[in-house]
This record gives sequence, C-alpha cells and structure tokens, in this order.
Amino acid sequence: MTRHLRVDGPTHDDRLDQMAQGVIGQPLNRLEGPLKVSGRATYAAEARPRDLAYGVLVQAAIPAGTVLDIGDAPGALAVIQDKRMIRYAAQGLDQKGPTSGPDRVEYMGQSIALVVAETFEAARHAAQTIAVRYKPEEVPVDPESVTPELPPKKQSAAGDVDKAMREAAFALDRVWRTPSQMAAAMEPHAAIAEWDGDHVTIRAALQMLSSNRKQMADALGIRESKLRLLSPYVGGGFGSKLGINAEAVAAAIAARELGRPVMVAMTRQQVFDLAHRRSETRQRIRLACDAGGRLTGIGHDVLVSTLPGSEFTEPVAQATPFTYQAAHRQVVHAVARIHRGCAGSVRAPGEAVGVTVFECAMDELADMAGIDPVDLRLKNIPDVEPTTGRPFSSHKLAEALREGAKRFGWSDRRPTGQRAEGEWFIGMGMAAAVRVNMLQESRARVTLVQDGHAIVETDMTDIGTGTYTILGQLAAEMLGLPPDRVEVRLGDTQFPPASGSGGSFGAASSGNSVFLACEEIRGQIAKAMGCNEADLTLQDGMARAGNIVRSLSELVNGTITGEGHLQPGKTEKSHRQATWGSHWAEVAVNRWTGEVRVRRMMGVFACGRVLNEKTARSQCLGGMSFGIGIALTEALEHDPRDGHAVSRDLAEYHIPTHADVPALEVHFLPERDAYVGPLQAKGLGELGICGAGAAVLNAIHNACGVRVRELPATPDKIIAGMDP
Amino acid sequence: MREFTFHRAASVADLPAGATIIAGGTNLLDLMKLEVIAPEALVDITRLPLDRVEPEGEGLRIGALVRNSDLAAHPTVRRDYPVLSRALLAGASGQLRNMATTGGNLMQRTRCPYFYDRRMACNKRDPGAGCAAIGGVTRNHAILGASDHCIATYPGDMAVALRALDAVVEIDGPSPRRVPLADFHLLPGDTPHVETVLQPGEIITAVILPAPVGGQQRYRKVRDRASYAFALVSVAAVVGMDGGRISHAALAFGGVAHKPWRDPEVESLLLGREPSDALFHEAAEILLRPAQAHGENAFKIPLLRRALMATLRDATGMETTA
Repeated sequence: MTRHLRVDGPTHDDRLDQMAQGVIGQPLNRLEGPLKVSGRATYAAEARPRDLAYGVLVQAAIPAGTVLDIGDAPGALAVIQDKRMIRYAAQGLDQKGPTSGPDRVEYMGQSIALVVAETFEAARHAAQTIAVRYKPEEVPVDPESVTPELPPKKQSAAGDVDKAMREAAFALDRVWRTPSQMAAAMEPHAAIAEWDGDHVTIRAALQMLSSNRKQMADALGIRESKLRLLSPYVGGGFGSKLGINAEAVAAAIAARELGRPVMVAMTRQQVFDLAHRRSETRQRIRLACDAGGRLTGIGHDVLVSTLPGSEFTEPVAQATPFTYQAAHRQVVHAVARIHRGCAGSVRAPGEAVGVTVFECAMDELADMAGIDPVDLRLKNIPDVEPTTGRPFSSHKLAEALREGAKRFGWSDRRPTGQRAEGEWFIGMGMAAAVRVNMLQESRARVTLVQDGHAIVETDMTDIGTGTYTILGQLAAEMLGLPPDRVEVRLGDTQFPPASGSGGSFGAASSGNSVFLACEEIRGQIAKAMGCNEADLTLQDGMARAGNIVRSLSELVNGTITGEGHLQPGKTEKSHRQATWGSHWAEVAVNRWTGEVRVRRMMGVFACGRVLNEKTARSQCLGGMSFGIGIALTEALEHDPRDGHAVSRDLAEYHIPTHADVPALEVHFLPERDAYVGPLQAKGLGELGICGAGAAVLNAIHNACGVRVRELPATPDKIIAGMDP
Repeated sequence: MREFTFHRAASVADLPAGATIIAGGTNLLDLMKLEVIAPEALVDITRLPLDRVEPEGEGLRIGALVRNSDLAAHPTVRRDYPVLSRALLAGASGQLRNMATTGGNLMQRTRCPYFYDRRMACNKRDPGAGCAAIGGVTRNHAILGASDHCIATYPGDMAVALRALDAVVEIDGPSPRRVPLADFHLLPGDTPHVETVLQPGEIITAVILPAPVGGQQRYRKVRDRASYAFALVSVAAVVGMDGGRISHAALAFGGVAHKPWRDPEVESLLLGREPSDALFHEAAEILLRPAQAHGENAFKIPLLRRALMATLRDATGMETTA
C-alpha cells in the first residue's frame, strides 16, 4: 500500500521526536563509507562488462558553425556522428532531452562525434587527432558585447528605487562581477551502456535518475520502460550531473550500433568544456537607508549569460525579494545570449553569487552609515515576505546573527586596518546566509522482513552527501530497528522514482517518502497489535502498546511492504520557505603581496530538523570551503576571442586546497519547520555556500581597507587597492 | 596518447638515439595524454644510479634522480642551502614531489594553457604556427625576456633557487660537459620550442652546488592559492651582511620569464650598501626596467616589486610588519 501526502498544511506534531529508537539526528558514520575508502564502491566508469569498448568524445575546435565532415580514424572501431547526440547537458528537472544535432556547433569544445576503440588510449588518440572540416560562424562570446534580453517574468519592481536613493541618508550604488565557475566534482562524467535486445542499461554519474530517465529516453527515441539507469555511487555532483550529458547519450548510441557495451568517460578537460558552468555575473546593487540604518530602497540589477535557446539562467537575485525589508525595490534580470558553453546549476545557483555580492554591499553600507554590520542586518529583517505579504514558514536569521556574533567574538572586531601580526593585516567579517527551500515529488518503498531487518528502495542518489545514511536512520527510527538492521538501496530506476539530489531538496523530499512508507508499515503493525498507530512504540525489534509487548518476528508474516509518496503542496505558495544562517570569518592579508589566508571561519545554520549531525556538518564544511573558493580562488577563464574555457584542469581551476581552508566551525540552531512536511526538515547542502564568500571579502576590507568587487580576490586585486 | 616503445636503460651509455627520457613522469605523462608531445620511444632512467646526494669539493653533487621530497629533506641542503629546500617545498603537491626528480624538474615545460591545448596555435608545439597566448588569457605569462613568438614562463620553483645558488648542470652524452644553470634554460626568441641547451642524446646526470655561501636565504612565492599553484612571481634570495652593509646578494626570480631570471645589475647595486627602502626601490626599478606587460599579466610588475621589497627587507633584517 502507498501512503500519499501532499504538503498542503503544517505538521505540528513532532512525530519523529516521539519515536523510541533514538537514532535520528545522531552523528552516525556514513553507511557506505567503508566501501568507498576501500575501493569497493563501483562508480560509473568502474564496471567492466565483457567485451567493453571505449569511446571518447570528439570536440569542436570552433566556437560556432557547421560540421561539414569528419575524417576517418584509423585503428578505431567506429566514428559515430548521430543526429540524436546532444549539444549540451540537460538542466535539472528537465523532462525532455536537450537540443540534439551534433553537426551544429554552438560553443568551442562541444561534442560533435564519438570515436570508439578497443582501448581508451586508442580512442582518445583518434578523437584528438581526427580531421574535422567546419563552416565557421562569427558569434559573440563576451556577455557585455551584446544587447541582453529582459525576460518579463524575471523583472520585478515596487515603489521607486531612484527616488529612495535620492532621498536617502546613505545611498550605495556599486557594481560587482563574478566569473564563470565550475562544479569541479572529483569524479569526471562517465557512462557505460549495454543493450539486451531493445532494452538498455546505462551506468552513469547522475544526480536525478527519474528525470534523467525521461531525458535519456527522449534523446534516444525509446520508451522509458526500455531504459534502466544505475547510479549507486556518484563522486560528487554539485549540479554538474543534474541532467544527462553528451557522454551517456553517445555511449548508448554507440553500444547499440556496435552490439557491445561501450564506456564513454570524459577527460578532466572535457568536464570543464562540457559540464554546465555557472554564468559569470555583473551585479549592480543599490541600497538606500535612513539615518538609523533602516533600508528604504533595494535595487539588484543582474546580467548573466548562456547559450541562445537555453532556458536556465543563473537566478542571481532569487533571495533579494525576501531577505531584507524596504519599501522601494527593483530586480532587473538581464540575459546575454553568447557562445561560452551552456550555463546551468552549479553549487547553489543564485544565492551562491547573489547573496555573496549582496552581503558585500550590506557591509559597504554599514561602513558608510557607521553602523555595525550585524546591527544593520538586524534592523532590516522583515516580519513577512516584503514583496508578497506571505508569512515565512520559519525565520531564524536574527537568531543566527546573534548566536554567531556571540560565538565568534564579534565584539573583539577592530576598526578597519587597526590590527596586524607581523606582515599580515588581520580582519573580521560577517554575512547573512539565506537559501530558498524546495520540496520535490518523491517515492520510496520500505520492506520490513520477519527476521527484523528492513530494506529501503528508491531511485534517489547519494552523491557523497550521506543519503544512504539518513534514509537508513529514518527507517531505523520509524521501525524501531538498530541502524545496522536497515539496508538502503539507491541509484536504480527499477526502484520507486525519487526527487534525486539537487537544489538541496534531496534529503527532505526522499526522507519524507521513506517516513511515509514507514508510517504505512507502522499502521499494519498496529493493526496486528490491535492498537492505534499513535499508541505503538517500536524499539530494538520489539513492538509495544500499553502492556502488550511482541517481537516483530511474531508480528510480521514474511514481509510487510509500505510505499511512501510525497508531493509538494499548498505550503509552497502559502509560505515563504527558506533556510537561514550567518557566516563569520577572520582573515590575514599580506601587507606586501596581497595574499589572503582565512584564519578561522564559522557558520551558524538553521535548516529545520537535522537528520544526521555529522553528514549535515560535512555538507556545511563543503559549502563554506566553496565560499572560500568564490571569494578567493575560483575562476573559469574564457578566451576573449572564442570564449573557450582556458583554466580547464584542477591545476589551473583553483578550488581551495586544504592549505586554503582553516578549521571550520559549524553550529546548528535547533528548529522544526512545520510547513515542509512531517520530517520538519529543510534543505541544507547549499546553505553553507550562500554568503560565505562575503564574510571573507568583508574581513579583507576590515583587515586592510581594500574592497574587491571583481571576484575572486586574488593578490593582484588586493595590491591594486593597497598603498605602494 | 600515441603508441610508443618503452625501454628501461641499464646505464647512461644505454640511451637509445631519439628516445625521450622519462623519470618521474609528472609532466611528461600529462603532455603525452594530451598529445602536446607524442614521442615514439621512451627510455626510463629511474634504475640508473643517479639518486645520490654527495659532497663534491666544498659543494654538493645532487644526482639527477634525487626526488624533490628527498632533496628538500636532505640535512645538508636544509643546513647549507635552505633556499633550495624552501623552494622545493613551495612547489607542486606532496604526491608530485614524491615522484618528481631533480633533472626532470629542470626539464619541466611551461604551464601556458595555449601550449596544452592542441586547438590553439603555439610556436612551442608547432614552430611557426603563431602564439595564441598573445591576446588571450595571459595571467601566468612572462613580463621579462619574452618575444613576439612566445610569452610563456618557466613554471618551476626549484630551478629559481638553484639559479640564486649558482648551480651547475652536469650533462652526459657524446661529449660530457658542465653548464651553469644560468645558461641551461634559454629565452624564447624566435625559437621558443628550444627551451634548454640539452641536445638529443644528452642526459642530465647531476646538479652541482658550489660551496655554501651562508647568509640569509629566502624563497618567497606568491600564488593564487595557498598550495598547489604555480608562482605568479617568486623570489629566491641569498643575502649576506657585513658591518651593516650588504656583502653578498644573489637574487633569482620565478614566474616572470621563460627561465629563472637574474639580473647582475640589481645585485651589484646592492653590494656594499646599507639596506634601505630607497635602495630596494632602486633595485626594483632596475629589475623591472625591461619589463613588458601582455594584457592581464600587468599586475606582475607591481607584484614583483613588492615581493622583492619584502624579501630584501626580510633578508637584511629590516622590519616587514604591516
């Protein structure tokens, strides 16, 4: 039986808190950890079916035009150019395959064909050296060189920001720029396709299997029922594996054509060319406030870019309408259609760069108005969503600010440029953290077996986030089993379709479906016990109701199966849902070279119920590290002439190293959000990044008085603002 | 990667003609995978007895196969040539330093992204093809000694310290010889594909360090992240003081040219003078007089000045405080 729930209203009974097993929230180690560290977890490219052939994508060497012909590849099994091959990856939640037709080139490095050979090395050699004739076209590659589109639905205004600026006691009007950024997950994209008759199985590195199956079936022109996707282990996604990409489609086409399994794994450089980039952004922020620091006007004008025809555009100002109060407000969202490679979701699309820049602007305003940056934020927290009047499902920003200030020792912060140790200026900075919260439809099946163990099955993925562990913990809690008595099976489209991992919605969406499936099982146990489910206590394999105690093996005849089905509902519209927090950083800036070292960093976060304190903390550590990357090191540079990705390996694309990341401190504020389903848990994966970089950049200013508005703040930009 | 033959050399005399030497392979394998180079034959020299550090006269003879990690940790190097130890530890990552060898590190190719990208014109890869880096993304490119044919930099750290230490490269081959490191790497001129004086059939067998000169030794590397990044600029300094005056000055610079850069005029200016900001400014002026920016890398000019100022203040006992 399936228990359905549409989240149309609040859940005020804290059901999980009433359970007896006591494992939910506990900092359990990751279930699959030992498999991963001992090499037994097989990632997409690690299966070795008999007779496997190896494919390598051929890439366009021009930014735009038509492929006229492709030469031979001596020694290769095949050169495949099939009109079903895709030009760029699907976006997250797309229900169809992306644009196909590899004979049209839309960006430098686009996949235009596949070479298949008996070895990876032979295929790569052929792909790198094959002769291709093109008819090239001149296209724009610089977002500031074209007249941008202004999609009407993405503009918003209330009142008159210009007037607010004119009449303000303090008015700030500045422009920031952030570069293209890449997810740079450790595991490169890879797929192995194998046909059995007209049925294909693809092992792939993907984040959202149920929508990936729809995309892939559409791209290949087959029915979904003929397609099975397997992604039991994924070596990081960060958005780059939300949608199917060229390698998986090409592998399926080649395997069919050759009648044998084919693997296509991207090289590291190909990942930088072919995975979605986060668009570079230009952000003009206008802030007006009165003498007391109350905001009267907020303007956020954004310019982003992507390929012509691609729908997704970086939602930079997503949190701007609801973070702070102001009567006059405007969001301008401009889109430049250029040929730099497709833009898509990368690590907290929107807030990662939007909140970061906005929080830098708030710091500048605080400075200008002579108000403490924490106070400025506290003065401007709205009671309801300012643009709609909707209530917030929960609001913890003020608490996160106050708690963070206390824990970090904010009161010790000195005025700008007043603290130094040796040749280093020392400064402190802070920023608010905010990220929209989402739920997605998700299904799971839970089977309780007579011998007192349970199996959780869903096509949810664990991309390194801890999904196996939290879903196991949930089932253990609900069914009264020790966590090692729960087996979790993920990443297989033969299991019930889940939300997938993306937009921080995975844990809450799939977790609620497991919760519902377990409620269904509990209902059946209660029936066998002759009690109400609410009166049933399950613990350590025993069922208790009043003075009746029975073991599960007595109650379960064979197996009990329950399915859970979660759908977002009215609370999505009735309440503004978001997660909240605050970021704190102390940095050292070298007086001579402008090098920046983060000395300590802290985040305080509120995300509803924490399902596993350890995996939750790990997500925040990753997010904060990415924040350091945004602030200090990361930039995907594009050639000014043809737009190609120049910094396209991990030596040149600078994600922070261990030496760049100090010991990070993470604190969670206890919270139950009633409007996000019975788990009362919200998304967390992305919150840690949203605004983190601003704390670092604001600390740089406090240290040495330099404002860097063109990210990342590399030494050249720091010394440009320093005394000689 | 193109198919190649593989031979393991039994002796220095056993090097097949035309074969490309592989030792640690930390750079060569990347280049082969990308087919930036495509040797038909590789000769592995890692079994040759070239992995010792031993005294030579008052100096030190470092075998070509001594690993970067071992050299950095060698007690004599740490005591007598600390600038070398510091430069080595500022380079690459722990894993790479465990593989990379002394000789191989001298032969490291540039990190110019246009050199690594077969779609782009590059006079190093394909003499006469042109230079796509000029007019492109030039953040890591040269400000000194570049040409219209090539603006790439030599990316290593170890060689910068060796340059300041007046190291000599020992070469075996048809006519064994010793070449000062100063003359080992070449400026690009109109033949940027010729990067060193090493001829086909020759092999680096050792690097010789002269007698230690003492003094204050510094290696200051400025980079875009705290570890595992190539130098934006670096300064290797060996500075001696006598009676409040500079008695010895050897300064080499990395990340700014096609070879570890050194300017005798800068050093002679400093000799016999009392340290002061004015003096160091003058030194920087001389150093940077021939500097030429290529777009984005213009920041290297002030950055090198600042790095030099800080290093000289530090090495001469002046304050560097903020």
